[in-house]
Amino acid sequence: MKSAAAHTIHTMISWLLKAVWIAGTILVLLALQPLLQSGAIIDPYWFRILLLMGINVTLAVSLNLINGFCGQFSIAHAGFMAVGAYTSSYFTLHALYTPVRNLSFAQQATWMIGALLVGAVTAGIAGFIVGIPSLRLRGDYLAIATLGFGEIIRVAILNIEEVGGASGLSDIPPLSSFFWIWLIALMTIALSRNLLVSSHGRAVLAVREDEIAAEALGVPTTKYKVIVFAFSSALAGMAGVLAAHLDLSIYPSSFTFLRSIEIIVMVILGGLGSTTGAVLGAALVTLLPEGLRYVPAFTVRGYVVEMQAWRMVIYSLLLIVLMLTRPRGLLGGMEWSWHGLSRIGGRWFRGRPSDRNLPPEEQGEGDLL
Amino acid sequence: MQEFLQQVINGIAWGGVYALIALGYTMVYGVLRLINFAHGDVYMFGAFMAFYASMWIGPRVTGVGGVVLVILFAILASVALGVVIERFAYRPVRHHPRLTALITAIGVSLLLENGGQQVFGADPQPFPSLFGSAEPIQIGGLIIVRSIVYILVCTTALLLLLQYIVMYTRFGKAMRAISQDPTAAALMGINIDNVITATFALGSALAAAAGLLVASYNPQIDPYMGLLPGLKAFAAAVVGGIGSIPGAVIGGLVLGLAEVFVGASAYGDWREAIAFALLIVILLVKPSGLLGTGIVEKV
Repeated sequence: MKSAAAHTIHTMISWLLKAVWIAGTILVLLALQPLLQSGAIIDPYWFRILLLMGINVTLAVSLNLINGFCGQFSIAHAGFMAVGAYTSSYFTLHALYTPVRNLSFAQQATWMIGALLVGAVTAGIAGFIVGIPSLRLRGDYLAIATLGFGEIIRVAILNIEEVGGASGLSDIPPLSSFFWIWLIALMTIALSRNLLVSSHGRAVLAVREDEIAAEALGVPTTKYKVIVFAFSSALAGMAGVLAAHLDLSIYPSSFTFLRSIEIIVMVILGGLGSTTGAVLGAALVTLLPEGLRYVPAFTVRGYVVEMQAWRMVIYSLLLIVLMLTRPRGLLGGMEWSWHGLSRIGGRWFRGRPSDRNLPPEEQGEGDLL
Repeated sequence: MQEFLQQVINGIAWGGVYALIALGYTMVYGVLRLINFAHGDVYMFGAFMAFYASMWIGPRVTGVGGVVLVILFAILASVALGVVIERFAYRPVRHHPRLTALITAIGVSLLLENGGQQVFGADPQPFPSLFGSAEPIQIGGLIIVRSIVYILVCTTALLLLLQYIVMYTRFGKAMRAISQDPTAAALMGINIDNVITATFALGSALAAAAGLLVASYNPQIDPYMGLLPGLKAFAAAVVGGIGSIPGAVIGGLVLGLAEVFVGASAYGDWREAIAFALLIVILLVKPSGLLGTGIVEKV
């Protein structure tokens, strides 16, 4: 007979396993930090690309929560990133009196966590404020309203003298590092995945599939939409904090509509509604310009064509071709899973339970592997 | 009072320009239910085509004939661009989910902006003074810059022409039929593909005209010049009621006047945000816009 004691032990073991996982991840990241930073494995240039990739992963995975899982369409992610970046930089610039060079690891960690909290809370509040009115709208109208809010945030920052207006903020303390960037990125991935397998996650998916049916079954759709929106904004705010404390100066012009579009491209490229896809998309979009660097320049009728300069053109062509040929992205909503990995014999396995409940045209072709 | 009238005239002129661009958005939305994000870039393309045409035609054909040729070339080139965009980017995704079409439109917009940056160069170019740089006109105590007068005259003429096309021609009738019910329109023997192509052509022509007029007022053109006016004109179309032609004109005028008056007030720095603030207010209060009709949702 299964006793309560057995159940308790089971729960305790699973908690212990989780703790081991988290501690292990932190230790691995801490160990990797000096190893990668020393330049022994990768040179500083590629190290920086790795950092930018981590920030982009956070942005793409968090945007996928609202655009992919909840089925809404937001074009304001750069705006929330800006809120996080600006408030946290203002906080660290004014609160951090100790000369930055002499910070111990513990001090640096404390300030970083403080800055991340400030950024996440303010961006989350901003997301909440924007979400309440605009999530009453649907589809195109929602996209346009969020676009409007994103632009308003940018114009507001531009007009606040306290944060430097058009000339931006500079001399931000260099708190960000490989460890923090990838810790937040992995945390975002884990949160995104865990949300999906929870009952809340299923409610969120129900909102995406059919809002009216979800409402009829007792899912408070507006509540879930606003919560996911605020949560996604808070994560974008954290990405903003990390970017600001990495680049050490921020300008309103870095958070335009085009930056939001870039994040959308990452999510769409990987496949809307797939965390794996968002990670893949973020990695590809970060690496693409670097890959083009290796394409040799050629001449067309006397004009020197450097592929690097054409990267934005290639992005946009990629986006159009993708929509015309594979509108559901590279992964088409499929997820990476260990279960699928065990079937590596080449057989495409049946869809995961969460996937099988989708209407046929929405179903992924199975697990990734 | 004089100051006020001056601002009203400027506001109407800008409003007219926004209306010209907004009409392209609203007509395409009417027939396709698609936000044509690339529309603002067609406006940019029109200005650049006029720039290149005047460099080539200017020294060869002088006088009014040259100006007419330049304008014709710019408009025809933009119409061709609009038709190509519709044929190769939007037609293949017409029956896909609307989100797919929306993202395709964003892709086309990015392609035109970044392609423009590579082909036309990223630096702003000085736009030639097509209409000559004559003295400002004085009416009573009002001083009106010539290009504002041209904007007012051309916009009014184009709006009347459009009104005629949409309300009194076979094509206009077909367009209105499609925006009411595409399936029924097709059953009545209307060639949907042709009408949609023609709608894009018409919208692109208006955008090119707006691009020309604005560039002759503010003679600096660059590949990103269409981005913000495009977004704002779209906001104007939504404010007026997207899908409604008189709505686009009213939305454009409201936006133009609001921008000019905020620009002249103590909150002048917030001018750029007005369009989006108006957009959000109207979406919250009456999402179908000032002149739009509500959509009944069937469960």
